[in-house]
Amino acid sequence: MHQLMFWEAIRRAHDEEMDNDPMVICMGEDIGVVGGTYKATQGLYDKYGPERVMDTPISENGYTGLAIGASFIGVRPIVEIMSVNFAWLAMDQIFNTAAKVRYMSGGQLEAPVVIRSPGGTAHQLGAQHSARMEKVFMGIAGLRVVTPSNPKQAYGLLKSAVRCNDPVFINEHELMYNMKGDVPDDEYFHPLEGLEVARRGKDISLFAYNISVHWCLQAAEILASQYQIDAEVIDLYTLSPLDRKGIVKSVSKTHRAVIVEEAEPTVGVGAEIMAIINEECFYELDAAPARVSAANVPIPYNHRLEKEAIPDVEDVIKTVLATLGR
Amino acid sequence: MGVYDNLNIPYSQYLDHHGQLHETCSDYTSDAKNLINFYKIMLRTRVFDQKAINLQRTGKLGTYASSLGQEAIGVALGAAMHANDVLAPTYRDYAVQLSRGIKMSDLLLYWGGDERGMDYEFSREDLPICVPIATHTCHAVGIAYAMKLRKQPRVMVCIIGDGATSKGDFYEALNAAGVWQLPVIFIINNNQWAISLPRDKQSATKTLAQKAVAAEIYAEQVDGNDVIACYERMHEFIERARTGGGPCLLEAISYRLSDHTTADDAQRYRSPADVEAQWQFDPISRLKTYLLENQFIDAEALDALQKQAEQEVEEQVKIYLNTATQPPEAMFDYLYETLPEALQSQRDEVMRKGKKHE
Ligand SMILES: Cc1ncc(C[n+]2csc(CCOP(=O)(O)OP(=O)(O)O)c2C)c(N)n1
Ligand SMILES: [Mg+2]
Repeated sequence: MHQLMFWEAIRRAHDEEMDNDPMVICMGEDIGVVGGTYKATQGLYDKYGPERVMDTPISENGYTGLAIGASFIGVRPIVEIMSVNFAWLAMDQIFNTAAKVRYMSGGQLEAPVVIRSPGGTAHQLGAQHSARMEKVFMGIAGLRVVTPSNPKQAYGLLKSAVRCNDPVFINEHELMYNMKGDVPDDEYFHPLEGLEVARRGKDISLFAYNISVHWCLQAAEILASQYQIDAEVIDLYTLSPLDRKGIVKSVSKTHRAVIVEEAEPTVGVGAEIMAIINEECFYELDAAPARVSAANVPIPYNHRLEKEAIPDVEDVIKTVLATLGR
Repeated sequence: MGVYDNLNIPYSQYLDHHGQLHETCSDYTSDAKNLINFYKIMLRTRVFDQKAINLQRTGKLGTYASSLGQEAIGVALGAAMHANDVLAPTYRDYAVQLSRGIKMSDLLLYWGGDERGMDYEFSREDLPICVPIATHTCHAVGIAYAMKLRKQPRVMVCIIGDGATSKGDFYEALNAAGVWQLPVIFIINNNQWAISLPRDKQSATKTLAQKAVAAEIYAEQVDGNDVIACYERMHEFIERARTGGGPCLLEAISYRLSDHTTADDAQRYRSPADVEAQWQFDPISRLKTYLLENQFIDAEALDALQKQAEQEVEEQVKIYLNTATQPPEAMFDYLYETLPEALQSQRDEVMRKGKKHE
């Protein structure tokens, strides 16, 4: 076991998969010569050459479509879209082709393509660089959506995504690339379905993904030490297909649920999980489930406003206390 | 005076609309056998097309997009492509699909509302019909990239309409094909209409071919109703791409003699007289004239070809009509490689409901 930074873990997954299979290629804007905005492909250009590590023109729809096309005849591309905000431009390719081609060809073709993209609110990137789009992607049938919360997941999910014959969207967070964590020295494939119990607890279930897992873990420590509340933290590293059984299992144990997301609440991940809880285990509940989400606004440019627009650890604690009637 | 009048995009026509030949043919198109084969496939396509429209009118087929008048482009392309080249078609490209061995019954199955019709028995790497306009231009570039990466001497061919050339994907695809010098050929079927929008409202450019210039891609125009010229230009482009010559674009000028689809009534936006006037340029009759005048074939043999085509279409229609519909739970097939556990209960529910409706 070694500590790796998030970007190093992603880079290692790329490297191993490209080394393992000459049909694995990667592409995106500025990922080649300079190794990517977040260093996720650092050194790969020198190692594998420009044919397999492609610096693309600025054309999100174009190169995502190119990757999908290449995947039809045996190539396994990993696409980096520099910022999830620009994944909108590739939406036709992702939504209308990658997710549907097997379906619409009666099984003749498939698109084993991986699309990675960072999103989320970082430090004053402005409204057009701070979007969280996971809720959009998780609504697309035929597309798998995963979102790592630590380097081990980042490494193992990417490796599994490359081997998967369905298209996989990997939602990363801008602020997490330098986060350190243990990654197994041996090759490791993380399952593309399911959830992880990041912290066991009995009093309340905190559902989180990606960066909010860390807010919840911090909140859980404070809740334990200051309020004697034993919170369970559920890491939803798979957003599609959501692990309904796993969600129900945790709620059936703790009888209380709070969903924590960095994104705005409307038509969001939290809304979906709340619906599942209502549908599957309403009578297990001892309190109404609650959401901790961002304000329904484009993320402000101003530092102070930006901070106020998205939730933090304090919001999680407050909501947990309210749910427990304290 | 236009801004770019001096671009000099070449235009070719071999066989004019009176059936007179003006250029020297290659060995391939000098061979009567090949020309008769062109004729045969154009005819098959047209008989198929007419039958499909009839099926739609009698409620046995969904909305259907006719290829009437544009058969030469596809037939020439079918002959110019190798079997292991890959085709990315639009929804109007039956001529080339039939040339490549795709079955009429499968095409009917698709237009009858069954995705299994896009699971081809032959040409299995050819793409399914692309409904979003121009989306497949990017796939074509990706496939060409894969061919080059894998060092395969294969060529990717992508067909689009005149309307598709206004889309960003098309420009993005051209640009990328130019950067990487990929073995991809773009064929524009300029049938003068994009539903109700005429060619001159689609784009201010004098030609659609010149859209390739900005990507440094070689481009020409051809008479799209002249199957001989189409073949000659496509063959040259495809073989050049195969031997490392890079991408090319060919604008084939034709005319959509039909409505856009069976759901359209073109009289709302163009006069029947205008359409009538276009019939003189029909690709099938000019080849017929040429074949007859040069005694490559006689009227009797032509009749036999017609009967043969009708018979084939009838047989294929039977296969289509006798294909059993899928059970409701098939809606979950081919969604993922293996259906995620989370969707299993939905599938069970659909199955249960479906049983009740039996
Ligand atoms: C992205 C997209 N926008 C709009 C449509 C609706 N639409 C279907 S066919 C068509 C016209 C296409 O014209 P053209 O490219 O000339 O092809 P043609 O139908 O003439 O063969 C339009 C606008 C679509 N299918 N996809
Ligand atoms: Mg058109």
